[in-house]
Amino acid sequence: MFDFLEGYDLLGAFWVTVQLTFWSALGSLVWGTLLAAMRVGPVPLMRAFGTAYVTVVRNIPLTVIIVFTSLGLFQTLGISLGADRFTTINFRLAVLGLTAYTSAFVCEALRSGINTVPLGQVEAARAIGLSFPQILRIIVLPQAFRSVVGPLTNVLIALTKNTTVAAAIGVAEAALLMREMIENEAQLILVSAVFAFGFICLTLPTGLLLGRLAKKVAVKR
Amino acid sequence: MNALRTTRTLVASATAVVLALGSASLAHGAVPADHSDDDQITIGIKFDQPGIGLKTPDGTYTGFDVDVATYIAKQLGHEPDQIVWKEAKSADRETMLQRGDVDFIAASYSINDERAEKVDFAGPYLLAHQDVLIRADDDSIKQPSDLNDKKLCSVTGSTSAQNVKEKIAPDAQLQEYGGYSECLTGLENGVIDALTTDDSILAGYAAQDEFKGKFKLGGFEMSNENYGIGVQKGSELKGKINTALEKMVADGSWDAAVEKNFGPANYQNEPAPKIGVIVEND
Repeated sequence: MFDFLEGYDLLGAFWVTVQLTFWSALGSLVWGTLLAAMRVGPVPLMRAFGTAYVTVVRNIPLTVIIVFTSLGLFQTLGISLGADRFTTINFRLAVLGLTAYTSAFVCEALRSGINTVPLGQVEAARAIGLSFPQILRIIVLPQAFRSVVGPLTNVLIALTKNTTVAAAIGVAEAALLMREMIENEAQLILVSAVFAFGFICLTLPTGLLLGRLAKKVAVKR
Repeated sequence: MNALRTTRTLVASATAVVLALGSASLAHGAVPADHSDDDQITIGIKFDQPGIGLKTPDGTYTGFDVDVATYIAKQLGHEPDQIVWKEAKSADRETMLQRGDVDFIAASYSINDERAEKVDFAGPYLLAHQDVLIRADDDSIKQPSDLNDKKLCSVTGSTSAQNVKEKIAPDAQLQEYGGYSECLTGLENGVIDALTTDDSILAGYAAQDEFKGKFKLGGFEMSNENYGIGVQKGSELKGKINTALEKMVADGSWDAAVEKNFGPANYQNEPAPKIGVIVEND
């Protein structure tokens, strides 16, 4: 029944999916944190930028963003992100697009976490003379992160599945292999089921592990 | 009294609106295949391939597959206005036939063993080859082996894209996009050197008004694609469609359709294939 799987590098394709997820997750954690810092910070210009960024990027379909990185950034503006072969260029463009998109969600999740930190703590920190970056780094963010492990897990799971959009610009991840197999094998339902199962194998353990972590580290108030 | 009249007017106008909307959606919307009405026939085609099967903005359909399907429908006793066109995307074709959503499919449907297990094919009615579309002023691509140091583009997961990776030019860089139009943008501004897929599809693109004179076909025969008409497994339509196709070739309509849809692109078409003769890939 599953002999149609022969001759396809299923693991290789899912490995690319994992790599896409990993680098985009890392990138959006960094950029999302910076955005959150801007949104709660004291500088009006940065607050406005953070708000505008989140509002705009969160509301653009991911496909549009990903296709734009290829057609707009690469083809038209010639930005190849330091690579010279399509495979590498596309991978990096996809990471860039996924990071830009996912950061907006990370920022909002983190901002909700920041709101759980009692205002009194910030006032106390300010009273003893800590600067805004210090307050954020030492007092607020450690507590905020601990309370948003759950929401961030949701974002990570969504990101894992969103990597399939990278097939639109030809990154050889799981969804691209799926299209090849559907084209060759005339087994639409079985092929889709195999890939759905593959994604469950990736996301289910992520959800379970991080869910337990979320319970463990959450700040009890 | 006054209030009552207002209510009546409201009800009346509401009814009118609903009726108008209803008839509007009947006129424009995708009406599901109605098999109780014996005069209608539902045909699956591509909606997005110029020259093959294209839905134009004003709601009409053009292309070689459309002309062939219209001819077949006529032979089966259906006038053009009794045809219900349905979009048959590549991945959906077998399922649509198996479920009986369409009576037959003419959608650049290459006959192969895996598909023939699921559905029956009438025809073939066109022999296409994988070819490249290059810029009209590009002289550096003269034979398929020239492609190895070039940048190629095709549609994600398509047979043509897989052929490039495995057989034709494994060393070439291949960009895969969701549609051919993204590839054409790249071809136009020089990021991509060649768009590769079936020559019939390429000819259809090159023949479009906005691309006339910009691109040319390489003329390489890198694979054999036998386009067939897909019907449900065991359907009696297969024989009738084969008869219709033979007649279409015999009375010259086939040549006329080729000329009309692919002519402007300088496309050297193969002669009409013999029914039931599949040209294998070597």
